Amino acid sequence: MSVQIEHDKTAYEEVHPLNAVAGGKRPDPPSAMASTMAFAHRALLRIKHVPEQMFDVTVFPIIFLLMFTYLFGGAIAGSTGEYLQFLLPGILVMTVSQITMYTGIDLNNDIRKGIFDRFRTLPIWLPSALVGALLVDVIRYSLASAIMIGLGLILGFRPEGGALGVVGAVLVILLFSFSFSWIWTAAGIIMRSEKSLMMVSFLVVFPLTFVSNVFVDPSTLPSWLQGFVNINPISILATAVRGLMHGNGTWEQIGWVVVVSAIFVVIFAPLTMYLYRRKE
Amino acid sequence: METRNVERQANGLAVEAAGLVKIYGKERAVDGVDLVIPRGTVYGFLGPNGAGKTTTIRMLATLIQPDGGSATIFGHDLKTESAAIKSRISLTGQYASIDEDLTGIENLVLISRLMGYTVKEAKLRAAELLSAFGLEQAAKRQVKKYSGGMRRRIDIAASIVVTPDLLFLDEPTTGLDPRSRNQVWEIVRALVQTGTTVLLTTQNLEEADQLADRIAVINQGKIIAEGTSSELKASVGTGTLNVQLLDSADQPQAAAILERKLGVPVHTSTDGVTLSAQAKDSSIVAEALGELGKEKIAISDFSLGRPSLDEVFLTLTGQSASDQPTEEENS
Repeated sequence: MSVQIEHDKTAYEEVHPLNAVAGGKRPDPPSAMASTMAFAHRALLRIKHVPEQMFDVTVFPIIFLLMFTYLFGGAIAGSTGEYLQFLLPGILVMTVSQITMYTGIDLNNDIRKGIFDRFRTLPIWLPSALVGALLVDVIRYSLASAIMIGLGLILGFRPEGGALGVVGAVLVILLFSFSFSWIWTAAGIIMRSEKSLMMVSFLVVFPLTFVSNVFVDPSTLPSWLQGFVNINPISILATAVRGLMHGNGTWEQIGWVVVVSAIFVVIFAPLTMYLYRRKE
Repeated sequence: METRNVERQANGLAVEAAGLVKIYGKERAVDGVDLVIPRGTVYGFLGPNGAGKTTTIRMLATLIQPDGGSATIFGHDLKTESAAIKSRISLTGQYASIDEDLTGIENLVLISRLMGYTVKEAKLRAAELLSAFGLEQAAKRQVKKYSGGMRRRIDIAASIVVTPDLLFLDEPTTGLDPRSRNQVWEIVRALVQTGTTVLLTTQNLEEADQLADRIAVINQGKIIAEGTSSELKASVGTGTLNVQLLDSADQPQAAAILERKLGVPVHTSTDGVTLSAQAKDSSIVAEALGELGKEKIAISDFSLGRPSLDEVFLTLTGQSASDQPTEEENS
């Protein structure tokens, strides 16, 4: 929802300062929906004022896709065109999963500045502060996905699943990313500084995204590593996304993504809110 | 439920606390604080950095949980009724509690919506506040481009979107120039006129003197003195007697006379001609000065001032408020 913020001249002129100070009658507290929308609107305004933050969803995906396609294409699959068919779904998963960690960094910044304290003293449904921000993050993830798929199509990516398959694949990624983000909100509250949060995020995200089936077929890996790769949530997601994009996806693959996503939310959303309330 | 609330509030107290304790590691940041704050008053916490002022406020504002003791805000128990308390209070933290990337009006609209206003009402309320706080010119500027004083004002404006019954102001004027400081003081006075109770912390002795009906002097997590500004000043005597001698050769003798007459230690300054001492009673001061005259000690100047709160602090803690080491921030 978009809100026009206008300079309201009539209100400016008629108000006596003291009246304004005392004039704040208390309305009923906002509904969960209303406060979530207010927080989502804040996130949109932040994009408007700090457009640099969109680099991670625009420039990164482009660099990643070009880099990995031309760096590994020849070596791994024999040709870049061939490799792109395999790589694009995976690298889309990897890129979006990595972007999720910025959610935690934003929250961490809110905490270190004073605004977190203000939100916590408001009579609102507290999770809306995070849900509102995550909803706008979903828009960011969609943008990143659109850019990568668009570039992929230009480079020669041909999804056999057609438009429907691609859209389905993106929806699965969005579901997963929204759920996965709750890990970063929890971490964002625990970590004392942006630096330490970045470090922890990289420690989690890099092994998780690289030691997966994103770049290579797991059957080429030593068996002990295959075990990890197969239960890695990133692999589960990449498998489903690949299936959908190439028109050979199964409900089972999608079902596993839903299960993994649900596990993330069930564990990390309440944990985040517990930490949010208890943060000192 | 309604009648019960009225009954509980009949004592007319905004805050009542007994033995509040907060421990961080081995340090007792707040160490047994008792408070009784009547409604509609301004209550000042005065103390150096790290004295426990912010921690106490954060406990009372439901942001952190006490490790001991109990408190009620308008009769609502701090531990079990935090939701009821949240709907009565507002907090302006030490650091601007607003989104600095957003503009002034965007911040106020956001807070208004989170208070429950519709988007339209929120915009009206935001415009009203910006105007009242002299910020309409800056309405569409990002808050990070505001001056310190403007930032403070937008922050307080955000705290009174819905006029709170109890407003916590954590060091509202720290780092502000005198003009901005006066503006903040005017806002606080206007708020109190409307019936809001204000609990403010400050390191600035003049500020507590100017604004607060009652003052609690806090040091190392404990309230070491409490009362009105006059009571606190009276507790350390009439004030400070300053005497300037014409000839520095007279200083030892003059110091001895004053010490004998006033019965308190006399501070001698390095310039050799200035003497100062705490005076309990102005008639003794007159006698002491007469004695100096009898001994033919020439005085170039003397003054007897009411004690400043700085002197109160010095007397109570043995160290000046400004001498204390700066400590960690509580966040």
